[in-house]
Amino acid sequence: MNALLVRLLVSRIAIAILTLLFVSVAVFLGTEMLPGDVAQAVYGQNATPDAVEGLRRALHLDQPAYLRYLLWLGRLLTGDPGNSLVNNLPIAELVATRLPNSLMLASVTIVVCVPMSLILGISSAIWQDSLYDRTVSLATMSLVSVPELVIATLAVIMFAVNLRWFPALSYSAGLLSLNQIFQLFALPVFTLSCVLIAQIMRTTRAAVIDCLRSSYVETAVLKGARPMRIVLNHAVPNAIGPIANAVALSVSHLLGGAVIVETIFNFPGLGRLLVDAVATRDMPLIQACVIIYCAAYLFLVALADIAGMLSNPRLRH
Amino acid sequence: MSVDHNNTAIEAPAQPRRRLPLSLGGMVGATIVAFWVVVAIIGPYIAPHDAGALLDDDLFGHMRWKFPLGSDYLGRDVLSRILVGARYSIGVATVATFLAVLMGGSLGMLAAVSRGPVDMTLSRLFDALISIPSKMSALVLIAALGSSIPVLIATVAGIFTPGVFRIWRGLAINVNALDFVEVARARGESTAYLIREEILPNISGPVLTDFGLRFMFAVLLLSSLSFVGLGVQPPDADWGSLVRENIDGLADGAPAVIMPAIAIATLTVGVNLLVDNLPRRWSSTVEH
Repeated sequence: MNALLVRLLVSRIAIAILTLLFVSVAVFLGTEMLPGDVAQAVYGQNATPDAVEGLRRALHLDQPAYLRYLLWLGRLLTGDPGNSLVNNLPIAELVATRLPNSLMLASVTIVVCVPMSLILGISSAIWQDSLYDRTVSLATMSLVSVPELVIATLAVIMFAVNLRWFPALSYSAGLLSLNQIFQLFALPVFTLSCVLIAQIMRTTRAAVIDCLRSSYVETAVLKGARPMRIVLNHAVPNAIGPIANAVALSVSHLLGGAVIVETIFNFPGLGRLLVDAVATRDMPLIQACVIIYCAAYLFLVALADIAGMLSNPRLRH
Repeated sequence: MSVDHNNTAIEAPAQPRRRLPLSLGGMVGATIVAFWVVVAIIGPYIAPHDAGALLDDDLFGHMRWKFPLGSDYLGRDVLSRILVGARYSIGVATVATFLAVLMGGSLGMLAAVSRGPVDMTLSRLFDALISIPSKMSALVLIAALGSSIPVLIATVAGIFTPGVFRIWRGLAINVNALDFVEVARARGESTAYLIREEILPNISGPVLTDFGLRFMFAVLLLSSLSFVGLGVQPPDADWGSLVRENIDGLADGAPAVIMPAIAIATLTVGVNLLVDNLPRRWSSTVEH
């Protein structure tokens, strides 16, 4: 670690924090565009001027927008984003029951995907332009361009309806046996993996091929090293930076897909909580969920950048 | 008086085309895309049944002569509903992408040509906006404004504008640095003239490629939104809504749920095949 590297890292982290602040302002403004206000919406038909006025004061809606933003931000940072408008439960509690499931889903997907996509990416770089490479490329290109809902639908038809390996939709009630946990996760993980593997594999292949074009690989070829050795000992170690970058970026794209996949499979995660909140226009809950997703996204993008910086040898001396 | 125009005028008769301009994959993609565009335009007129009429006593009916793609959860004709839905799936995505290109593209070229503080301000603003994941912006805006076709178009257009701006600005800056633009500027031509006559004709290829990819992402985003019930609202239905409303037929493998899913997949794979096989000089680097 040297001074330049430390300065780059610190500035990258500062940028991430500033961006998150900007995002929080944007989210706050976006949810404040609602015609009419929350107090009116809560009481609906039963709104009496007194009741609406009381709630408005309780929710600080009589304050100017920037004060309400600061108040909201302060409560968010101290871990108390208030109550849901729909069922009046504390948002922190709702998120706490859902977030671990979503994190679990994401981690299982990453553990399944990363080794598989690295093997696929490196092997198709080795046998570049072969029938194998073309087949894998066509398959991943198709997977990248198909929405999660189509993959999920076809996966259910194949595994649940034709092969009868799993129930079609996830469920969870009380304690789960190991077998039930597997069934709960199998199809959502499969669907997310299809997209993630395709993305990571394509960037891995490109990164390795890029290294194969360099002059040190040419030297290795001239000295008579076998193709397998050239790829594994010369090209792959140099492609690790771009690959780590690609993995972090792909995982950040996974977040949006997870929202859809959780909804499709009725998976009790943060994504479904968010979609349900949007359907019932539960603004405080939407704000909290969106900020969590955006924070995770910005963290992963920053991680991708940092991986890129650390792997750049020009910054090591 | 674009340089481009003169070139084609001279080259066209001298060089008869011996090869197809597209590879096999590109031709397949172009055919699929053309097919769906035609369906989107004439779909409602060739639909065999009224898309809203309850016709079949059998719910989730199988494929047969009267209902070539089966019937849905209310006994409506699936083929007719897909033909009518094409207009929503393709129409909304096309209009939204077009608006995004109009806004992002003109601001991008303006930023590239003006340079200085205009470029700085616009670039910073769009860089910040691009850091919000597209599905999150869509959910927030739909929660705030409710879901309707105009809101969906505006939302998707707004979400894609920063990305379009980035690509167009990058391409325009490269052209802007070339001598003939400097000459035009020295002649005292206006900014509008520079954009229209010097920049635009020279970035049209990559910009078309970018349009294709954005259109595909728009279709993906819109069908996902409709699928979770936040996109096109009943009684109207795009292909994502069709998959959603027939999801109960999934356990029986009903064609009512498989066919709209296949329609989405063929359209997006077709666009990607076409864009992937466009001439290399047209390529633009796009991140989603």
